[in-house]
Amino acid sequence: MATKILTEHINVPGIETFDVYRKQGGYTAVEKAFKTMTPEEVVEEVKKSGVRGRGGAGFPMGMKWSFLAKPEGVPRYLVCNADESEPGTFKDHYLMKTIPHLLIEGMIISSYALGANKSFIYVRGELMYVIHILEKAIAEAKAKGFLGKNILGTGYDLELVVQPGGGAYICGEETALLESLEGKRGNPRNKPPFPAVKGLYQCPTVVNNVESIATTSWIVNHGGEAYAAIGIGRSTGTKLISASGHINKPGVYEIELGVPVEDFIYADEWCGGIRPGHKLKAVVAGGSSVPILPANLILNLANGEKRLMTYESLSDGGFQTGTMLGSGGFIVMDETSCIVRNTWNFARFYHHESCGQCSPCREGTGWMEKVLHRIEYGHGHRQDIDLLVDVAKKIEGNTICPLGDAAAWPVASAIRHFRDEFEWHITNPQEATQPGAVYRGEMALV
Amino acid sequence: MTTESNNSVQFTPDRLAKAQEIIARYPEGKQKSALLPLLHLLQEQEGWTSTEGMDYIARMLNIQPIEVYEVATFYTMYHIKPVGKHVIEYCRTGPCCLMGGEEVYAHLKQRLGIDTGQTTVDGRFTLKEVECLAACGMGPVFQIREKYYMNLTNERVDEIIDELSK
Ligand SMILES: Cc1cc2nc3c(=O)[nH]c(=O)nc-3n(C[C@H](O)[C@H](O)[C@H](O)COP(=O)(O)O)c2cc1C
Ligand code: SF4
Ligand code: FES
Repeated sequence: MATKILTEHINVPGIETFDVYRKQGGYTAVEKAFKTMTPEEVVEEVKKSGVRGRGGAGFPMGMKWSFLAKPEGVPRYLVCNADESEPGTFKDHYLMKTIPHLLIEGMIISSYALGANKSFIYVRGELMYVIHILEKAIAEAKAKGFLGKNILGTGYDLELVVQPGGGAYICGEETALLESLEGKRGNPRNKPPFPAVKGLYQCPTVVNNVESIATTSWIVNHGGEAYAAIGIGRSTGTKLISASGHINKPGVYEIELGVPVEDFIYADEWCGGIRPGHKLKAVVAGGSSVPILPANLILNLANGEKRLMTYESLSDGGFQTGTMLGSGGFIVMDETSCIVRNTWNFARFYHHESCGQCSPCREGTGWMEKVLHRIEYGHGHRQDIDLLVDVAKKIEGNTICPLGDAAAWPVASAIRHFRDEFEWHITNPQEATQPGAVYRGEMALV
Repeated sequence: MTTESNNSVQFTPDRLAKAQEIIARYPEGKQKSALLPLLHLLQEQEGWTSTEGMDYIARMLNIQPIEVYEVATFYTMYHIKPVGKHVIEYCRTGPCCLMGGEEVYAHLKQRLGIDTGQTTVDGRFTLKEVECLAACGMGPVFQIREKYYMNLTNERVDEIIDELSK
């Protein structure tokens, strides 16, 4: 049986309530941490676990925590990133609505470890119903003495605030999130200073993803070493994967890192294979921002070995033949999918979501959307493909925040792996613009 | 959902209490943090976010009206123009499109007889396109206020519209 760290009790009826969650062993980690561990010892266990940030960048959580500045007399903040807006990603939504106390318990432990007395959960505003669920869970935990003043008689105080966003993907970027939390437009800040030094209200701040914070109860209960024993190499523990697209069983799955991609797609335990009568064409493995890979390269590395669901294996081969684990938004496409249309759709998304502060991102995303639109609608020129590659290159690495890269990679990778399909759209516009028309040329379907 | 008489926009008593609770939860001097939640609270009451409403919130938080306008226009959830009774926020992003999202959207538009951004003549429905709603495994998806409608098909869309038209 694969270890379940986050979802073990998720199907227990009533698990959204304090009492049922508590009966399943909930809040014992808070008791253990508060009664037997110093904050530094909690940080130490998280470091030992090797758990990496689950929001997309994969930065080791314990290391991030140890960078937090601790000047005398200045408050420190923990902010949970529940903005979840990366296309293809819906795991935090699922976790918060089904087992809200897991996040609340993790917030208490993490806040204690960091010495924060007021912590925030920033939830995308569209999930207002989830905000109500979290607020209810917080009220319950408070009534039971796990939040508020002098928790469990330790003298430690903690308030949790659930903050709604207003609808803006960019607010998932941590410094934009902090701006938004301060009641401003979500424009990312220049770094440095990093949030660990100057974050919310210019005070030292840690920003972590929902899933990252939710792991801390298990780590406290079982120890960092037990966590690190799960997974492969530097990809320790489990990961929630949001699986969508042309598979038999879309949904959120908790996997031990290291499962072969092929098993994840075809085994009944997970996606259950491609929908009947169809074949795998491509996968976007880590949310819309990561490079798309054709069937053969997502299943196998360039050297023919099986590709695994780990940070390292997914990125094996760099951008030539690899991709990234990202947020774990696993989007599966069968042969009916038009890569050009999907790339245009994503380009339009990034153009729409660019905050407009830096010109390479603002102008570049607009260009890419426009050029992809004309290719998709049968007005593409021969030079357009190289133009797209050129625009993507000019954005990459030249912007304040990583949204620019996130916009460039899907376009660059789609052209790298599906260039023939783009050319077909340009040379056969009449055929390509027929309703439901999809390129059926030379390509490896699985 | 009135467009006139907005000079008198203000929170109902229970929402006012809620607003005060929200304002009090930030550290001293950081009350501007209440801006997004208060805008949501007022829009939930009024159906949309009028200039009068924004001015009211500016006064409540002791900030300049421009600070409210620039925020309300940055974020997509605030309807800064009057809208119909039900605002349908339809996901147009890739993963939903793979599941037939564009075809179902075409049907929805036809059914309502309006295009994106428009309101039906009876003022009942407004149609908006939005980006990924973090429900891609259950696509196609749209949202009306707090409620998610998932795994949409043409038939399901008809049922929902019938239900809301009663
Ligand atoms: C454009 C953009 C959007 C992002 N969206 C999210 C998001 O919705 N949720 C999230 O946790 N991290 C998101 N991130 C990553 C955050 O900036 C940050 O790295 C993360 O919240 C840190 O938490 P973690 O280390 O626990 O992953 C986004 C980054 C960028 C550049
Ligand atoms: S890269 Fe784009 S989204 Fe990020 S700060 Fe620059 S303009 Fe804004
Ligand atoms: S793409 Fe529609 S909910 Fe994510």
